[in-house]
Formats: sequence, C-alpha cells, structure tokens
Amino acid sequence: MIIQWIVFILASLAAIVFALLMITRKNPIHSAVCLIMNFLSVATLYVLLGREFIAISQVIIYAGAIMMLVVFTIMLISVEEVRKKPLLRIGAGGVIGIILTLLLLGYLGLGSFAGSLYGEKGNFTMETIREMGPFKAVGKLFMTQYLLPFELASVVLLVGIIGAVILAKKER
Amino acid sequence: MIPLELYLLVSALLFVIGVIGVLIRREAIVIFMSIEMMLSAVGIALVAASRVYEALDGMILAFLGMTVAASEAAIGLAIFVLLHRTYKGVKVDDINLLKG
Repeated sequence: MIIQWIVFILASLAAIVFALLMITRKNPIHSAVCLIMNFLSVATLYVLLGREFIAISQVIIYAGAIMMLVVFTIMLISVEEVRKKPLLRIGAGGVIGIILTLLLLGYLGLGSFAGSLYGEKGNFTMETIREMGPFKAVGKLFMTQYLLPFELASVVLLVGIIGAVILAKKER
Repeated sequence: MIPLELYLLVSALLFVIGVIGVLIRREAIVIFMSIEMMLSAVGIALVAASRVYEALDGMILAFLGMTVAASEAAIGLAIFVLLHRTYKGVKVDDINLLKG
C-alpha cells in the first residue's frame, strides 16, 4: 500500500518536473528528451492503475514512434538560428492567456476535488481482468463492442500516412 | 488505492503546463511537443476513471486518442518540413500569411 503511494508521488512529480523542463529548455532536442521522460512517467502511472496494455502502448507509440519522428524532424530542420532571438514570446496576449490558463487549472483542480462520482460501475474488476488476462480483455472489447472505432482508427492512420507523403513530396 | 482526485489533479497540471508551453514558445516544434503532452495528459484522466469505474472503455478511448496523436504527428511534422523549405526555420512569428 505504502509502496503504491511512493511510486505514485515519484512518477507524478517526475512527470510534472519533466513537463516544466520541456517548455523551458532552449534546445529543442533537450525538450524532446524531457518529453520522452514525461511519457515514461505517465506510463508508470498507467502500470500503477493496473492497465498494462495502455502502459505498453504509451511506451511504444508515444515514447518510441512519435518522439522518434520529432527527433528526426529536429535533425532535418536546422535549429541554429533559433537561439539568437529571445526564447519566449510573452506579449499582452500571452499574459492574458497565461492568466486564463491558471484560472483553468483552478477550475479543473476544484472540479476534481468537489465533484462526486455518479453513474454505475462496469463489470471489469481487477479480479475479472486478472482471471481473463489483461490483453485478452482488451482484445475482446476491440473485436466486439468497439469494432467500428477500431477499424476507423486504421483509416485515420492510413490518411495520416498518405497526407504526410503528399505534403513532404518535392514539387516538380 | 490512490484516490481518483489525485490522478485528475496530475492530469490537469500536465494539461495546463502544455497550454502554457503553447502560449510562450516560439518554435513550432516545441509547440507541437506541448500539444502531444496535452493529449497524453488527458489519457491519465481517462485511464484513472476507467480504473475507478471498473470498466475498460476509458482505456480504449485513450488508446484511440493515441492513434489520432500518431497520425497527427506524421502530418504535423511533414508540414514543419514544408514550412522549413519555404521560410528557413520554423518560428510561428514568421508565419503570418493569414494575418491580413
């Protein structure tokens, strides 16, 4: 029980600290590494919640695939001239935006503590999932109840691939 | 069992840090990374709710969001490469064609 709290506090602190580092580093590569660490901390939170499938997906898709693309793009486009100008662009609009964002944080925090849970619980308790196997439970839902979203996700990925190829192709 | 509220608080904090990153940075690639972080922060809230409600639906929604994030990454980074070819360096202040 106590070890759960220790892991939770360490992982969430790491996620928040690496997120703050990510938006303040000058070099985009440093930002990318901090973001990878943030994704891994979030994956730890998922393991703590007992959802191994989404934790593994987080590591493979976010920390692996997406960040690999980002790092490759940073390599392709030069970032030398970025450092000459000042790092931040806080004008009047930025100040108003940050104030509104902090207000949003207040609303979200208050809402998550003041709201009460309602609605009925599903039938996937930890015991059921453990009996069935966590991956079998997910696969069964994907193949029955969520078949249409599952197939549509593949269409979205296909459109993403074709769009990327068409956009990045050289004009001739 | 750690209460749901703490997970929601972590999720809200990460989301807000992402919004601030979008507001204050000038390189498009860091803004893009902030948006990715906001997407993954929403995933924490969904998965925590899926644990508390003892259902797998929230987790499946988070997974579908992940596929959307992946295709968005492919298209967004292709747009950055295209912008780099046109403007030499991807800074959002230089991209003002729609400003009028």
